[in-house]
Amino acid sequence: MKTVEPAAATPSGRHRSEGPPPRATGPARPPRRNRDRLHGLLMSAPALVGLIAFVGVPFVYAVVLSFYNVRLGSPLAPTFFGVEQYRRLFTDPDLSGPFLRALLNNLTFAVVVVPLQTGLALALAILLNRKLKAIGLFRSLFFLPVVFPMALVAVVWRLILARSGDGLLNSALHTVSLGNWGAFDWLGDGLTAMASIIVLSVWQGVGFQMVILLAGLQQIPSELYEAARLDRASRWQQFRHVTLPGIRGTLVFVALLTSVLSFRVFDQVYVLVKGGGLDEDATRTVMYQAVTTAFDQNNIGQASAITVVFFLIVVVLTLVQRRVVRSGNED
Amino acid sequence: MTSTPLRRLLDYTVLSVLAFVFVLPVLYLVLGSFKPSDQVLSGLTGFLPTHLSLDNYRAVLDAFDSDATGYLWRFMGVSLFLSTVVVLGGLVVNSMAAYGLTRLRWRGQGAVFTLVLLLMLVPFEAVAVPLFYLFNDQRNTLAIQAVPFLANAFSVYQFATFFRAIPPSIEEAARIDGAGPWRTFFAIVVPMSKPVFASVAILTFLTQWGSFLWPVLMVSDPAVRPLPLEMSVFQGQQPVDWGQVLAFGVLLVLPVLIVFAFFQRWFVQGVAASAVKG
Repeated sequence: MKTVEPAAATPSGRHRSEGPPPRATGPARPPRRNRDRLHGLLMSAPALVGLIAFVGVPFVYAVVLSFYNVRLGSPLAPTFFGVEQYRRLFTDPDLSGPFLRALLNNLTFAVVVVPLQTGLALALAILLNRKLKAIGLFRSLFFLPVVFPMALVAVVWRLILARSGDGLLNSALHTVSLGNWGAFDWLGDGLTAMASIIVLSVWQGVGFQMVILLAGLQQIPSELYEAARLDRASRWQQFRHVTLPGIRGTLVFVALLTSVLSFRVFDQVYVLVKGGGLDEDATRTVMYQAVTTAFDQNNIGQASAITVVFFLIVVVLTLVQRRVVRSGNED
Repeated sequence: MTSTPLRRLLDYTVLSVLAFVFVLPVLYLVLGSFKPSDQVLSGLTGFLPTHLSLDNYRAVLDAFDSDATGYLWRFMGVSLFLSTVVVLGGLVVNSMAAYGLTRLRWRGQGAVFTLVLLLMLVPFEAVAVPLFYLFNDQRNTLAIQAVPFLANAFSVYQFATFFRAIPPSIEEAARIDGAGPWRTFFAIVVPMSKPVFASVAILTFLTQWGSFLWPVLMVSDPAVRPLPLEMSVFQGQQPVDWGQVLAFGVLLVLPVLIVFAFFQRWFVQGVAASAVKG
């Protein structure tokens, strides 16, 4: 084998798949491509089979099921339903009530969590982006909740937010208010139920975003800060003109990642509604609605329609994300 | 950054206060697990316990030692088994796919890679219901809890991003020496890709260990029930014994904490590395 590969055609090795085909090197070239084709396919096959079987096919199936009236465990055969499931979802008062409420709850959750969690993560990242002793310990402490399974987080916060006067939060407020604060049912009250879910979700997730932003901060060359200080830029000006532009792409990425993740919220709501006295109506999310429809009501067709709507929302969010991040990186 | 002693003191104070508030729920969990159950809910004054004991742990070990309630070692074993299989299997399957799709050149490779990227758009939640319907007769098996999560489009993407940045000359040298694609991959590329393997492994492990939605749908039999689901079942029982629930919670998170304690640096860097590229 004399020439192994026309490496010069793709100097960095990146974007090879999108690049122009390698230059023809004459008929004497050994059939390297064919050999690679076999091995490339073989190497990709296990993952491809898995992805098609457990993501591709079920996804198409969800779309199909959403046009049928399918009940789990029902002796009746599925009947074609057209867009009836979708029509019901949006217009049948019995179904659209909870569903639209779930959509609204998801929206509320995202609208609060995205700026709150991103802002908090940025503040922590800046605070932790210093050369201090034990800074690694602090980073680990703020990252710690990320490793906690949501099912456990929900239980711990259920106790902290317990409605009795012996709940940690109620008791602390009682002390701070010099006895004027009585017991309050944080999870059970429709007004504070979603706020409680938001607090525990941000607590669990903020470390993740913080670490990503910290990595972004550390990629800003320190010369930029030195130059800014030479120009007598204040700390705020440094933040405004060096830090923010430097992590703009990362920040946008984090915000949009958080928005997609926030639409997938499920575990904490499910655990607390089923076992923790959480106000169901104020906190049901689209995924919660899909699971209870499929699982408790055995209504697969309806649940599939909810799933499809859920997917469309996530796709729109993801596409916006890609577009914004891409344009952000080109600056 | 220039920092005066005063500034440093201020930094430490702010960080310590924030960290304390932040870690409070974890302290609450750990302290509570050693408290008598009637003192778990005892407000601010009872936060620092007067009496610590291992009674809750003993009680949990006793309670989960019968066929009626299930065996703790079994819940733990199921979670450990599933996590190990999904992490190790996922590393092999997804890294191979990423290599085959980015470093070997064949016709159709670009299209297949695009397909993988498209599948990355589909969150698991969006296929949970049809999967539940399709595999309804496979409920309560270990296989159905692991196999769907082996192939992961996001993992393939993470590996692909890393592999693409490897200079081609390194692999070419191996190829000139006569190594085939498999040997090149396993003997040259894998050993030099430890960071991406670590970060994919960590993220996969965290996701799998905490997995909840799928077990809720597919598992009712305690024999194959993973820990987080059992946690939720346990805390939903009446009357709740809070000391025991918290002790169970500590046992649930302990394996992750141990891994975390040993590999903190990897954990934090791994998570950052897997996301910064976007």
